[in-house]
Amino acid sequence: MKKLLLAIGCVLTLSFAAFADEPAKAVDAQDAVPAAVATTDAIDAEEAAPAEAIKEEAAPAPAPAEPAPTSLKANPKVTIPIFLLIIGVTLGVVVWSARKTKSAADFYTAGGGITGTQNGWAIAGDYLSAASFLGISGMIALYGYDGVMYSVGWLVAYITVLLIVAEPCRNAGKYTLGDILSFRTSPKPVRAVIAISVVAVSTFYLTAQMVGAGKLMQLLLGINYTVAISGVGILMVGYVVFGGMTATTWVQIIKAFLLVAGAFVLAVLVGIKSGMNPFRFLNEVAASEQLIEYIKLLPIYMQEVEAGTATVDVGQRFLEPGLFLTNPLDQISLGMALVLGTAGMPHILMRFFTVPTAQEARKSVIVAMSIIGSFYIMTHALGFGAAMHVTPQGIKAIDGSGNMAALILAQSLGSDFSPFLGDLLLAFLCAVAFATILAVVSGLVLTASAAIAHDIYVNVIKDGNATQSEQVIAARLTSLVVGTCGILVGIAAEKQNVAHLVALAFAIASSGNLPVVVLSLFWRKFNTAGVICGLVVGTTAAIGLMMVSPNMTYPEVVADNAKKAYTKLEANIAAGLVAPAAMEKTLATIEAEKAKEANNRGKTSMMGLSKPLFPLKNPGIVSIPLGFAAAIIGCLAFPCRRAEEMWDELYVRQNTGIGMAKAIDH
Amino acid sequence: MSEKTINWSAIAKDPRFIELHHKKTAFLFGWWIFSSCYYFLLPIGAAYATGLFKIQVMGRVNIGYIFAFSQYLISWALALYYAHVANKDFDRLTKELVNDLT
Repeated sequence: MKKLLLAIGCVLTLSFAAFADEPAKAVDAQDAVPAAVATTDAIDAEEAAPAEAIKEEAAPAPAPAEPAPTSLKANPKVTIPIFLLIIGVTLGVVVWSARKTKSAADFYTAGGGITGTQNGWAIAGDYLSAASFLGISGMIALYGYDGVMYSVGWLVAYITVLLIVAEPCRNAGKYTLGDILSFRTSPKPVRAVIAISVVAVSTFYLTAQMVGAGKLMQLLLGINYTVAISGVGILMVGYVVFGGMTATTWVQIIKAFLLVAGAFVLAVLVGIKSGMNPFRFLNEVAASEQLIEYIKLLPIYMQEVEAGTATVDVGQRFLEPGLFLTNPLDQISLGMALVLGTAGMPHILMRFFTVPTAQEARKSVIVAMSIIGSFYIMTHALGFGAAMHVTPQGIKAIDGSGNMAALILAQSLGSDFSPFLGDLLLAFLCAVAFATILAVVSGLVLTASAAIAHDIYVNVIKDGNATQSEQVIAARLTSLVVGTCGILVGIAAEKQNVAHLVALAFAIASSGNLPVVVLSLFWRKFNTAGVICGLVVGTTAAIGLMMVSPNMTYPEVVADNAKKAYTKLEANIAAGLVAPAAMEKTLATIEAEKAKEANNRGKTSMMGLSKPLFPLKNPGIVSIPLGFAAAIIGCLAFPCRRAEEMWDELYVRQNTGIGMAKAIDH
Repeated sequence: MSEKTINWSAIAKDPRFIELHHKKTAFLFGWWIFSSCYYFLLPIGAAYATGLFKIQVMGRVNIGYIFAFSQYLISWALALYYAHVANKDFDRLTKELVNDLT
């Protein structure tokens, strides 16, 4: 058994190291992307990028009337006080909660003393990462309907949480996922395996967030990347080590409130411009001249024009599907990972241990769903508003991924009233983005530390015999170590492409964690072998498929794209399509593309492949069924009578909450 | 409430517990399957029923947009409906059971 665990540990460590080594994708437009913000696997400008680059330069310049700004800088005189205010308030919360954090239960679950409404806000704060805030509004601003469609899955995912996992977890669990899974199985191996899986999911997610934080702060405030990450990291470690779950919860609540308030103000400003009439608003969006110009040049629209299937009303095309998400199978796969992965995310499940009863757990999901849903609907207004007022060209001039759309919109809308208001709104939104990252990373660090300290140290190494003070010390030390590792990994991964790490975290949560949690709670026969098989196979399948998927960099493909790009540019020059003013830049681009081709030609991806083995960016559609199948087969192959005998107890507990008092007092 | 005196299998065999269990299972998994199917119709429809999604209903608003927006409303409605049923039926049955059996 120990060898098995060791092997799993090694595989996970290696795969993580492998992902961290993945060279950054050499795509011009993506260099400046705050990676975590571009979470979305689906967001991939790579194929489109060379083609677009060509168009921008080659088109005989529909002469931009005014020079568009190419960078976005926050005004430090306004930004710094707002940042200090947020840091001050959250540190106050930490001092207050540190005094309340005495036992292990206080540290991990705030003593079960969070109310349903508070927990709902905290779940929203934990879940709405910078990706949802900046990434989705940017996606809507650049691709219209597809961004709207993409945002839907993130809310629907909570139906699974509400109906399937929230209440049973509250009734059957204590501090961690390991508590639920080890209820009627052999505790040691199960806890060890689930702890490794939890740490893997949290680390992948954490790395993406940290790198995103560093890049965002670098872009907005002009501070050094390492300084930005260390700052975020030290605050995060401080919150978790001293304040435990109480401080983390309140940081998440504050952040969720700030985020919703910021989005609301912006949405109202966008609305006022269109007389608060959604139909007039959409009409103005679709009639925007710049937007029509932009759509006409999208490769997909040009193909449709050639095929004769294009919508005649060009602006209306923005409100129709297919400008960006072109592979339905990938969409379904992503949808499966979201709908099932959210319910398997350890940092979300852990939030249900902080409320006293199943009723409060239910209430917290309902509150969270109203906040998250309203937030995404406001995001539609921000995205379309940015498409109309800032224009896709203006957004792309600052950042190719569109992640800055909401921030540029804030500055431009505010400046319509007064330049100071523009600076103030921008500064406020930057601070919100900062608070967002802090809240999400604190939740992740706490979850990973709980898995290590509670599952591995207390229950595997010390056989559950640890005093309260030992447990709290262990938990604090682990948080310190996990947080420090998070900072170091974040600094090391500066130049790496980490955008797919969030997709990977969801893939592992949906293929590894969710099957075993659901089967543990709802299947009488489920046992130790089932848990271990399900976790190992589900997690390995998700990681393995990801490593041979199009998410990785394939030098041959990069070289081919570079060749295509410079061939097209050379053809343009030959045909006299390039304006003399743009000639120098075009020639430089050709040189750069040629160098890129020479650099990449003949090399293979990290896995020794010249092209992806697995065609989809999201492995869920294959790895989720594999995870379930492995859990069921493993369980049937090694039946265990004890697990079945314990079923009545678990099932009665998770349905009625009898015996839960013990779980809280413990 | 002492842990050791609880006879779990007796509760599990109690007809009221079985009734609660059946009601809950049917409700939870039934509505979960409904919501998942409804959600997956969105990417499937966007890919294979583009003609339908493009039909404009009110001004610029087309069927695709209404369908995407309805996902929010359906999710909220389902959440509220579940909360209503759970507060009314499941919690009451559970409470009766717990009061009688422990």
